[in-house]
Amino acid sequence: MEIFGYPAQAVLSQLVIGLVNGSFYAMLSLGLAIIFGLLNVINLSHGALYMLGAFATWMGLDYLGLSYWAMLILAPLIVGLIGVVIEKTMLRWLYKLDHLYGLLLMIGLASFLEGLLQSFYGASGVSYSAPDALNGAADLGFMVLPVYQAWVVAVSLVVCFATWYAIERTRLGSYLRAGTENPRLVEAFGINVPRLITLTYAFGVGLAGLAGVLAAPTVQVSPQMGSNLIVVVFAVVVIGGLSSIVGAIVTGLVLGVAEALVSLFYPQASATVVFVIMAIVLVLRPAGLFGKER
Amino acid sequence: MIDRKVAYGLAVVVLLLAPHFVYPLFLMNVLCFALFACSFNLLIGFAGLVSFGHAAFFGGAGYIAGYVLATLHWPFALGIVAGIVTGASMGLGFGLLAARRNGIYFSMITLALAQMIYFVFLQAPFTGGEDGLQGIPRGTLAGLDLTNDMTFYYVVLAITSLGYALMLRVVHSPFGQVLLAIRENEARAVSLGYDVTRHKLLAFVLSTSLAGLAGATKAVSVGTQTLTDAHWAMSGLVILMVLIGGMGTYFGPVIGALVIVALESKLGDFGNLLAETTHVDWFRQIGVSVTMVTGLIFVVCVLTFRRGIVGSMLALSRKAGGQGARQHG
Repeated sequence: MEIFGYPAQAVLSQLVIGLVNGSFYAMLSLGLAIIFGLLNVINLSHGALYMLGAFATWMGLDYLGLSYWAMLILAPLIVGLIGVVIEKTMLRWLYKLDHLYGLLLMIGLASFLEGLLQSFYGASGVSYSAPDALNGAADLGFMVLPVYQAWVVAVSLVVCFATWYAIERTRLGSYLRAGTENPRLVEAFGINVPRLITLTYAFGVGLAGLAGVLAAPTVQVSPQMGSNLIVVVFAVVVIGGLSSIVGAIVTGLVLGVAEALVSLFYPQASATVVFVIMAIVLVLRPAGLFGKER
Repeated sequence: MIDRKVAYGLAVVVLLLAPHFVYPLFLMNVLCFALFACSFNLLIGFAGLVSFGHAAFFGGAGYIAGYVLATLHWPFALGIVAGIVTGASMGLGFGLLAARRNGIYFSMITLALAQMIYFVFLQAPFTGGEDGLQGIPRGTLAGLDLTNDMTFYYVVLAITSLGYALMLRVVHSPFGQVLLAIRENEARAVSLGYDVTRHKLLAFVLSTSLAGLAGATKAVSVGTQTLTDAHWAMSGLVILMVLIGGMGTYFGPVIGALVIVALESKLGDFGNLLAETTHVDWFRQIGVSVTMVTGLIFVVCVLTFRRGIVGSMLALSRKAGGQGARQHG
């Protein structure tokens, strides 16, 4: 069976790869969007924290013998804790200043974390393999589906949906949304906004940490894995709308698939397609597809 | 503190005598990065625009200049001009798309466009991809043989001084004053009747032209051009240079460039020194992991040292009676 002149198997497995990449894009841009919405900070260190999540997973196994399943819970918590420290000790001082400085802090932090891990583990990094339960592939008849890929997509969809639900439908989420619109008024209502900010930041980077755990078996766990990804994630967030939750999730998935399909039909453009789309969106609709002009 | 004219005079003397004491290639590197940093400062310090993709102009001009010199055998002067024109035209292209926006959206557009340019360079055959463009000849200029490092140093010094002088001229002009107004309060500048978009576009093109000049000169001085110069990490590095030196000051970016270039070349030795004195082997890794140190400096500067070196010096001299220096920032 053929689709557009390519064997169906190839197109479908490329589609799944696109969904996997898209899941990572979605989770990472979701974290970025949440953080930007409330803190008005573009968390450029998101990639480095995702990388820390992956490394934590590996370290958990290598130093403490903790399984993948344990790290699935622990790694996001650890990264979230690091996020709390970052917010409380560094980010907090910069809210009063021009946005530029928050940005610069994040750039510096990302460089520092990458360099730090590189000094310990080298540029090529370490390798981590998936647990046995998730290895192998399922033969679905029309295609062969690697189990781990299906697992990644499933977990991401569940987490993204749960996050969306928490933000849009729960009381805590309503505090977050209110804080995004008018933090002073929310504080006047008696809600501890600084703590909300810290927790939001921790949650956002925790998502990145979770993405790191999921990524550890699929990509080489190297210090650069974050920076390779972060620029594309950026573009995704901008296209989706800098603080839009739905925008981040949908755009992440769609662009992941788009990128994968383009790399099948026209490989040279696959790296640039996201940026071309971003440039077009910025010129025509700068607030992003789902965003509101601030 | 010191009178400004004396300081400049001292700087000129130091720059003229330096190659007899310090390795000329290192100095040329510093000068080119200083010009690059000054071009960036023009945008961020005076117009208040953060361009996240400035490396595209720096690296791009280097590639084009390198190509016309190495493959088309153009004379040196034309190669440099090609670099400037590359910077200017890329700047015009980026600027037409970005100038209407401000703040974070402006930065995002420049980043996106710079990434596209990076991938174009990665794949275009003439750039040599990951290997880079090799064998860029120095040639001659008005009869002078430029392969002599000493001679070429003075040529580079002349070029970068001209660039620096141009930057000063732009800032001190009425145009420069309008840029400052736009930086302080864009809405008010609009309400006063200034065509803000056109001013931003012109400032952008001027900045990218200077960046192009810096990139082309550096490509010729080193003889090769690699992807590093067009990567967004280079854009981050130039931001750090300006931050350390002092945003919005005139000489700050030059000092910042000096600090960073010196740091990058001496860090390995420093790491080894630390390793020997403390017997902690890990310190040897510092030399390999320059990004860790630059990242740390970045973080410390942003939190505690936002005025930068020159900025802090100016603030101190102002406190001590405000003699001389009437610089901004």
